[in-house]
Amino acid sequence: MSAADRNATTLTHAIAPEILAGAGRDPARATVIENPKLAVRHLDFYYGDFQALRGIHMDIAERQVTAFIGPSGCGKSTLLRTLNRIYDLYPEQRASGEILLDGHNILDRDQDLNALRAKVGMVFQKPTPFPMSVHENIAFGVRLYERLSRTRMDDRVEWALRKAALWDEVKDKLRQGGTRLSGGQQQRLCIARAIAVKPEVLLLDEPASALDPISTLKIEELIAELKSDYTIVLVTHNMQQAARVSDYTAFMYLGNLVEYADTSTLFTNPSQKQTEDYITGRYG
Amino acid sequence: MTALTRSAAQRDRSRHAQRSAVADAMFRNITRVAALLVLALVIAILVVLLVQAWPAFHRFGWHFFSGREWDPAHATFSALTSIFGTLVTSAIAMVIAVPVSFGIALFITELAPAWLRAPVSIAVELLAAIPSIIYGMWGLFVFAPLFGEYVQPWIIEHIGSWPWVGALFQGPPMGIGIFTAGLILAIMVVPFISSVMRDVFSLVPTVLRESAYGVGCTTWEVVWRVVLPYTRAGVMGGIMLGLGRALGETMAVTFVIGNSHTLGTSLFNAGNTISSTLANEFTEAVGQTYTSSLVALGLILFLITFVVLALAKLLLLRMAAREGSPT
Repeated sequence: MSAADRNATTLTHAIAPEILAGAGRDPARATVIENPKLAVRHLDFYYGDFQALRGIHMDIAERQVTAFIGPSGCGKSTLLRTLNRIYDLYPEQRASGEILLDGHNILDRDQDLNALRAKVGMVFQKPTPFPMSVHENIAFGVRLYERLSRTRMDDRVEWALRKAALWDEVKDKLRQGGTRLSGGQQQRLCIARAIAVKPEVLLLDEPASALDPISTLKIEELIAELKSDYTIVLVTHNMQQAARVSDYTAFMYLGNLVEYADTSTLFTNPSQKQTEDYITGRYG
Repeated sequence: MTALTRSAAQRDRSRHAQRSAVADAMFRNITRVAALLVLALVIAILVVLLVQAWPAFHRFGWHFFSGREWDPAHATFSALTSIFGTLVTSAIAMVIAVPVSFGIALFITELAPAWLRAPVSIAVELLAAIPSIIYGMWGLFVFAPLFGEYVQPWIIEHIGSWPWVGALFQGPPMGIGIFTAGLILAIMVVPFISSVMRDVFSLVPTVLRESAYGVGCTTWEVVWRVVLPYTRAGVMGGIMLGLGRALGETMAVTFVIGNSHTLGTSLFNAGNTISSTLANEFTEAVGQTYTSSLVALGLILFLITFVVLALAKLLLLRMAAREGSPT
C-alpha cells in the first residue's frame, strides 16, 4: 500500500457521512463567491521564460479558509506568492493579469508594497524567527506601521501571542531569543508576528510541513480559530489537512487551476477526472 | 549461503574494520599534529620576542611604553609614538572602510541587478590582489600630491578652525602623514571586509529575508534589523580581518606616513607606526639596546593584535547574551 493510497483511505474516514451523502455530480458547477476578499483574474506568471501559472481565475472568500492543493511544481506556492507580491524581490519573476484585493488591483505598478504586506501577511514553510527576542520579533513588525507606547506595545505583543496560542508557553521567555524556541513554537511565533500588524489576509505556505504531529495539530486548531477574523489562504501538500481545515479547496496541476469548489464537494464529488485521480492517490 | 563463504565474508569485514581503525587513528593524529603545530609556533614566536625584547624593557622599564623619545644617537628609545601611529592609522582606516564595505556588500547582495553583481565583486576582489608596495607607490606619487594640493588646504581652512575637532586638521598640507596613511589603509582593507560581508550576507536564508519583506520591511530595514544581526559573527570576523591587516600593514604605510618620531595632535603630521619603524630601521640598528627596542615594538604589536581580537570576541559574546540567543 503506497503512502498516497493510505492518505486516500484515511481521507474517506475523515469526512463525515452526511457530507458524503449530500454530494451530487455536476460538471458545470462553478464556485460563486459573494463579495470575494480577493479576486484573481487572467493571472499568468513567469519565472524567466517558464510559464508557471496559466490564466488563473478564482475568487477567495472573506473570513474563510481556502486551501491550494496539487502535486509539487503545480504552481500552488507560486499563486500564493503573487497574493502579497513577494515574488517582486526577484527581477526575473513577473505576473500579468489582475489580483483584486477589495476591488483594488494589487498588481498595479504603483501599488505600495509595504502597505500591501501590512494587509496581507505571510507565514512560510520553515519557521523564520528573526534574530531577536520573542518580544522584539513581534514588536518589530508592529513598529514598522504604528508608534505605540511601551505598555500598549506590550499589550499588543501579548494579544498576538495569545491569538497564536503561544502566550502560556513563552510568557516567561519574552526576552529570550526567538530562535531558542522549539520548531512548533517558532512557527506559532511567526504566525503571531504576522497577526500582530493586524492584516486582513493571512497567507500560509505549508505552515506545518516542517513540524511534528502535535505541533501540526496546534497550527490547524489555530487556523480554525483565526478564521473568524482573517481571510486565510493555505498551501498544503497534505490532503487530509486541506480537508480538515479549509472551507474551499483549489486543485492545481501544471500551472492550471483544474478545479475549485467548497472543500467537501471537491473531496467527495470532484467534477474533474484529474482531481479525482489526485485525491484518490492515483498520481501526485 | 554456505559456512565457507559466510566465514570469508566475516573475515573480509573484520579486516576492513581493522584497516579503517588504523586509518582513522592516523588521520586523527595528523590533524592533531597540524593543530598543535600552530599553537607551538605562536608560543615560540612569543618566547623569542620576549627574550629578545627583555634588554629594552629592562633598561627603560614602563617608560618604554609612555615615553616619546626615539634617539638612536643617545640610545634612548620608547614606543608611544609608534603605538599611537599604529592605533590611529588603523582607526582612521576602519572608520572609513567599515561603512564603505557595508555599502558595497549591501549593494552586491541586495540591490544590484544580476548582471552587475559579478563585475563589482571581481573588481573589489582584485583590489585585494594588488601588492601593498604598489599601494605605497601610488599613495606617495599619485595620491599624496593630489591630496596635499587640493583636499588638505580646504580641510585645514574649513575644519581646522573648529573647536576640538580642528586640532586634528592643522599644520602644513604636505600630502603625506598619518591621515593619508589611514586613507590608503582604508582602501587596502575594503576588499577584505566587503568580500567577507558579502559572503555572510548571501548566507542568510531566503525565507528569513522573504519573511522580513513579508511583514513589510523596506530593504534597509531588512538589512539593518534582520540580515546584520543574523550575520553579526561573520561581519565582526570580516572587520577583524581588516583591522588585523591594517594594524600590521608595513610597506604602504612606510611610503606615505612620513616616518617621523614625533607625536603631535594633528592627523596631517608625519608620524610612524610600529611596522613602518621596524621596516625602516631594522637593517641599520646597531647595538643591543637598539635591536632589542625594535623587537620590543614587535612584541607590542603582537599584543595589540591579541587584545583587539579578544575584545572583539568579548563584544560578540555580550551581544549574543543581550539577544539571548546562543551564537
